[in-house]
This record gives sequence, structure tokens and C-alpha cells, in this order.
Amino acid sequence: MSSPHPPEERPTGEAPRASDRSPWNWVLLVPIAVPLSTPLFNHLTPELLGFPLFYWLQLAFVLLGVGCTALVYNRTKRRD
Amino acid sequence: MPSASDHVTELVVFTLLFLLVSGMGFAAARWRRAESLDHLDEWGLGGRNFGTWITWFLLGGDLYTAYTFVAVPALVFASGAIGFYAVPYTILIYPMAFLVMTRLWSVSYRHGYVTPADFVRGRFGSPTLALLVAITGIVATMPYIALQLIGIEAVLKVMGVTGHLPIVIAFLILAVYTYSSGLRAPALIAFVKDTLIYLVIIVAVIVIPYKLGGWDVIFGSAETALGQTNPNTGAPKGSILLNANNQLQYITLALGSALALFLYPHSLTSVLAAKNRDTIKKNMSALPAYSFLLGLIALLGYMAIAAGIKPIGKDTNTIVPSLFDQMFPDWFAGVCYAAIGIGALVPASIMSIAAANLFTRNVYKEYLKKDATPAQEAATSKITSLVVKVGAVLVILFLDPQFAIDLQLIGGVLILQTLPSVALGVYTRWLHPWALSTGLIAGLAVGIGMLYQIPNPNNGKEHFGGSAYRLSLAGFDTDKQIYVGFVAVLANLIVAVLLTLVLRRAGAPDTPDATRPGDYTVDRSPDAPPPAASGEPAAVAGD
Repeated sequence: MSSPHPPEERPTGEAPRASDRSPWNWVLLVPIAVPLSTPLFNHLTPELLGFPLFYWLQLAFVLLGVGCTALVYNRTKRRD
Repeated sequence: MPSASDHVTELVVFTLLFLLVSGMGFAAARWRRAESLDHLDEWGLGGRNFGTWITWFLLGGDLYTAYTFVAVPALVFASGAIGFYAVPYTILIYPMAFLVMTRLWSVSYRHGYVTPADFVRGRFGSPTLALLVAITGIVATMPYIALQLIGIEAVLKVMGVTGHLPIVIAFLILAVYTYSSGLRAPALIAFVKDTLIYLVIIVAVIVIPYKLGGWDVIFGSAETALGQTNPNTGAPKGSILLNANNQLQYITLALGSALALFLYPHSLTSVLAAKNRDTIKKNMSALPAYSFLLGLIALLGYMAIAAGIKPIGKDTNTIVPSLFDQMFPDWFAGVCYAAIGIGALVPASIMSIAAANLFTRNVYKEYLKKDATPAQEAATSKITSLVVKVGAVLVILFLDPQFAIDLQLIGGVLILQTLPSVALGVYTRWLHPWALSTGLIAGLAVGIGMLYQIPNPNNGKEHFGGSAYRLSLAGFDTDKQIYVGFVAVLANLIVAVLLTLVLRRAGAPDTPDATRPGDYTVDRSPDAPPPAASGEPAAVAGD
């Protein structure tokens, strides 16, 4: 790398952004904490379509993950 | 043993699909073509210009490998609930990557970084730390590539194809088109791979439970079979729920594996190929579609129990292909095998590119030829990618495949040790590079030391028998188990923090940081051209 501090002028094609901080980012903790809480889902019942709770609920957590990341994406999107 | 003459239809379908994607691999050199592939950004990152859809297929093809499709159900088949860790693991990856990977993308775009070690080099100004990160990355990736061959081998075994020649041929083809097309090859092939995988799994989870009499029958027979006593341990083989001893293991394994996955150099390769921040963020919402799929694939393990599948030899990796063989007409079983086989090609290609880039940028350019031109860098990477794949083939040819599996287990623990410098480095450089290097080495030592202590009663091995560490081995009065990588990375962090405090107090010299806070949030403006193809950081190329 030719210089430790590149000059401030940005090359064409780069859009500066002030920050990626947002309180909405805290929502991302939900799909991290919930799937790790084994006492929540380590049970056989209630069953769903023959699936024990342990299996169908963890599959449902996929939707939780999608929902939370989509929400944060939507709320923190840069508006032009 | 299965014989090839009984599997002619399957072999024909498998071979045709395999040849189709090989042709695509070669054609990919002309796809979304830049002026020349003689630049690492072009060959190794597809021009850093992939949009949401391509990135989705590429990352999906990269993270969910053939070995995953074979080994996760094999684990569920053998042990039950613990194998389902793959589901929480691939859920909690994405919210973490959503924040960390977008920042890493921005700073890499701004400075022309191609590997995680490039970032560490710039951020901490320490060639030693960067070299440690690069070597850890290469060592962790190599056995992962070899494992993809084991995925193909499992399929061939079920079709009655023995001997190593077919695998050598398959990898030779893979090596040549990766050489000529770079990251464009796996990106293009990933479309076929994932279409096939989705097709196979959707059909499998409808047809197989129907044939076996429903999900309650499947879970019922799994519960009965896993409840039987394992003669090697005197305890039940497993359970369809977690027990008191493996809950902590489940949690730490899911979390540790998630942290490790995006530290693997090949994950970053696919992330950096994205054209802007939005592409990455959107993908972190859309990629869990694969996690849902992986959960269903894991359940193939229980379906195999219910269908009375017996592994070929002692190789539980054959249960999924055997299940398909028993449940589907020959032609569709052929499609299933092709899906697994092609599923091995995409990640193997990306992994070899990532390992080659690490060597080129962080060993060759840093230590061997500081004034390497972009064309020389690209040429070095191309050749290294060949060497890496030949190495993987040699592992399979001359060593026990079990050895590759053990090495990959170790690899996951090793790559996790780059967490403090890479993932935390994205947010803070408070940790001193000397402390980070020491912590990394300490973490590697703790991890390997713990893995060495773990026996496997099922095959009589005394060492490296798995990643579940029984706390009683460390003198605790309990049978609870914990994932080794998690303990090792904690040790790593503790060393790094304590040593930083000592070094800062002792007035150790600080190293230069080539990055600035604003670099972590830059984005490419819509319709901007690809970054300057000069091999220098984008910022320098601009003036």
C-alpha cells in the first residue's frame, strides 16, 4: 500500500456515507439470541404436521431471521 | 456393495449434467466480461460487480456445500438432535454478517483489499499479523476443499463406481475452468447447482414422507432407533431432543460455527464480489432461504432411519445418496447425485480462488515480489489455484479420507481464531497487533490441544475424535460438553485484551492504520464503473 493515509478526495463513483449506526440495528440481536435459547424449543410438543416442536419451531426461526434483517434493511436504507 | 451395472441410468444422467456445467464453467470466461482477466479484481472477484441475484446464488453455493448436504443428515442419522445445530447456525450468521460484512465490503472496496489478511495488513499495519491470518486461512481452507471430493465420492460409491480415477478427472476439469474463468465460473454454475438442489429437496420432502407413511412415523422410528444402546459407549446412540449434556454444546457449536463461516476466506471472496452495500444487505435477508432448505436436508437423516438405510461400509456419508437410490426412479436419483456432485464444484472452485488470493497477496506480494504488477498477481493466483486443487486430490488419493474430515474439524477451530483481528478489527483497533498475534497463536494452541484430547469411542480413535469437549476432561465434575472452538476463541480474546493492556501501559509503539472511519461506510454510486483495474487501492488510483 503506497501511503498509510490516502488523500481525502474520493475517486469518482464513490458515495460517502456519514455513518451506519442506527438504533434499528439492535433488532438484529433478536434472531441471534432466540435460536440460541435451547430451553425455549427443546420439547416434543406441541407437534405441527407430525413435526416435534424442536424441529418446526427452529425452522420457523428462519422466518424470524428473514423478518428482522429485512426490517432493519428497510429502516436503515439510505434515502435519496 | 452396489455395482455400476445396476446404475447405468443414474450414471448417464449424472455424467450429462456434470458435462453441461463443465461447459458452462469454460464459457463463463466470456460472461459479463471485462477488458481482460489479467487482474485479481477480475479473475478473483468477478470484477466486483455482481448484483443481488448473482450474489445470492454465489454465496449460497459457497456456504452450503456438497459436504454439508451429505454430512449434516449423516450426523442427524447417527446422533439425532445435535445434528440439527445446522439450522440455528445458519440463522444467526446473517444478522451478524449484515453489519460486519457491509463494513468490510466498504473498506475493501475503498482500498482494493482482496483477502481478510489484506484488511488486517492495512488496519493494523502489521505484516506479521497479516501473515498469521493468511496462513490460518490457507490451512483451514485446504481440507475444506478435500471434503468436497468426499461429497462426490459418497455419490459415486452408491452408484457402484469405485477407484479414484473419476474424482481425479472431475477435479481436473474443475481446475482448468477455474484457471481460465476465475470467480465467474462458480458464479455461473451456482445457478444450475441451486436450481437442482431446490428441486431435489422439494421433491424429497414431499415424496419420501408420503412413501414412509408421514412425518410422525419418521420421527417415531428415529426416536426408537436412536434410543438403542450404543455398544461402544453403553449410552443411547442419540435422541431426537437435546439432553442435559449436549445443550451447551448445541449453543456453542451453533454460535462458533456461525462466527467461523464468514471468517473463512472463501466467504469474503463472494462478499467482496458484490457491487455495492445494498447487494450484501439484501442478501443477508434472502440467504436464510437456504437455511430452511438445510433444515429439511438434515431431516433426510431421520428419513434414512425410517427407511432402514444402512451405510455402505461404515461410511455414514453414503446414507443420503442411498436413500435417494431406494426412494426415487433411476433417472431422478441421477439428478439428485448430479445436484450433490455439482454442489461440490462451486465451493471447491471459490475456496481454491480464495486460498490462491491469500497466497498471492499476503505471501507472494508481501514477501517474495513487492513490486508485482496486477498481471503477475493474477497469474500467480491462477497457478496457485491449480496447486491447491492438486493438493486436495492428493489428500484424497494418498491419505485416509477420515483424515480430511478431522482436518476440516480442526480448520473450523483454527479459522475462528482470526475473529479478533478481522471481525473485531472492523469496529475497533484498540487491540494491539502484537497482542492480537499472541492471542491468535494462543487460541490455535488451546484449540488444537483440546481437540487432541477428544476420543471417538465409535471408531476407537484416541485423539481428534470430534469437536465436543467433555468438561470432565478438564477436571470439572460434569458430563456436559462444549464446542472446542468457542473455548479457544475465548482464550484468544482474553490473551489479546490482557496483553494489550500491558503493552499500552508499557508504551509499546503504535502501528499505522491505513483506513479512516469514513472508509467503512463508503458505497458505490449507482452506475459507477467497476473500481480501477490497477491493483492499487481505489483511492490512490483516483489521483
